[in-house]
Amino acid sequence: MNSTVVTYLSQSKEFTNTVAALSKALGFDATSLVAFVIFFIGALIVVGALATIGGLGTYAERKISADLQMRQGPNRVGPYGILQFLADGVKMILKEDIIPAQADRFTFILAPFLCMIGVFATLAVVPFSSGLMLSDINVGVFYLVGMASLVGVGVFLGGYSSNSKWSMLGGMRGASQIISYEIPATITIVSIVLIAGGLSFKTLINGQGGLPHEWYLLHNPFAFIGFFVYFIAALAETNRAPFDLPEAESELVSGYHTEYSGMRFGLFALAEYIEVFVVCGVAVALFLGGYKVPFDLGSGHIFTEKLGLDSMLAQNIGQVLELGAFFTKTLLLYYVVIWVRWTLPRLRVDQLMTLCWKYLTPIALFNLLGMAVWMYAFDGKSIYSIIFNSAVSAAGHH
Amino acid sequence: MSSFNLDVYMPVVILITLALLVAGGSMLLGSIIRPHHPNQLKETAYECGEEPIGTAWANFNVRFYVIALIFIIFDVESALMFPVAAVFKHFNEIGLGGTLLISIFTFTLILVAGIVYCWKKGDLDWVKSFNAPSTQQVNALSKDK
Repeated sequence: MNSTVVTYLSQSKEFTNTVAALSKALGFDATSLVAFVIFFIGALIVVGALATIGGLGTYAERKISADLQMRQGPNRVGPYGILQFLADGVKMILKEDIIPAQADRFTFILAPFLCMIGVFATLAVVPFSSGLMLSDINVGVFYLVGMASLVGVGVFLGGYSSNSKWSMLGGMRGASQIISYEIPATITIVSIVLIAGGLSFKTLINGQGGLPHEWYLLHNPFAFIGFFVYFIAALAETNRAPFDLPEAESELVSGYHTEYSGMRFGLFALAEYIEVFVVCGVAVALFLGGYKVPFDLGSGHIFTEKLGLDSMLAQNIGQVLELGAFFTKTLLLYYVVIWVRWTLPRLRVDQLMTLCWKYLTPIALFNLLGMAVWMYAFDGKSIYSIIFNSAVSAAGHH
Repeated sequence: MSSFNLDVYMPVVILITLALLVAGGSMLLGSIIRPHHPNQLKETAYECGEEPIGTAWANFNVRFYVIALIFIIFDVESALMFPVAAVFKHFNEIGLGGTLLISIFTFTLILVAGIVYCWKKGDLDWVKSFNAPSTQQVNALSKDK
């Protein structure tokens, strides 16, 4: 039930051999030790990859915005300016660190750390592929929603502790926005859980298939609307335009991180870009089939049967295909997020609240009820299978 | 592997540690190589070149504070809804879907009543609409005194 990256790797011969050899050498059962090492290396890889994606996200943001506005964008550091994010990182580390004299020092220092913890902790359950997700916690989505809300605390504390009027307004806006939009997002997630019948990401994704008609997005009309509700709410929760009111640069200078300089600001930015990737990944896992590859290529059975490959090798090929499927869909959504930012103007604060409480929340509640009725009335079948079955039975009557 | 195994939470602990290490490490690395020349001007709050007047920790009208209360109710609601949603499919298969359906409906409709109440009361609006007393009413009131 609870499977992790270790469960996947323990199928291989090397794993058993290593554990046996180590147990012999150390004189105790080394399974936990090996598991710890694998988790640690896995976590390092995930964090490294996601930090790079976050960095490339800033580059992509600037390049795409430049493209949309017929400019060049960064083009000096490295080929096509692709190393710009490294240069930015070095610059941020070298910048002087200024803490305002009036600020509340402890919370001021704590805030970016909270953002980082909130975002990094969610990485544990992001389903990159069926074998290579770090940990498939049985309350996966619930855990993710809980951990992601730490970011809101970080944003508010950052704004409050700076003791600057811009920061204060930004932090207040951030807090009210993030808690408000958590409601439609969570209720939509609950309605997807209704279809899947489980909270772990594996259960959620295994209910779907590789082809679009098997996705929860097209499972029924309520799920289709739910996707957009979730996506809009996720944009708002990550403070992305058109909901970037907490850091609205034309009115609040820089919002909750006005007083943050150098690497402290960098940590906020890094957390934000990784969080965008995480919410895109969750949207993919919940609605767009997650890591599923069409025609069951992901399990690797087909390579063993048709090509006669070793079963572990075939599984590994399947994992790579699954990773490809997950990253393709997630990065496409990531592109949409950036595209939206540079296309739509920012909302006003009251419009933001109206959108959340008068539109998204009622729609999400309606979706939840509709989904429950659909599941009860049609025995959990998707709209495609209902049409397909009725077509088959109609053909059978002839 | 047993179905209840704390091993699955090991990556969580590792990732939180890594978050602290990455954040703390980059700050520490920076503290060695970055310049540090504080002066009074640098350390004042930035207000677009104006000298800040007073502290930012003043009372101001936080709109939508009622929403924070609604939020807590909805958050608890969704937390309570998760387990129901998780077993819904299974219960449906063994023929108990109707019971859960009724409970979901009852639960959600009570919440909808709450949000409708707030909506009617005007707590979801930026400017709360209320019926201001007319001039005659005010005059009448002041005459009474």
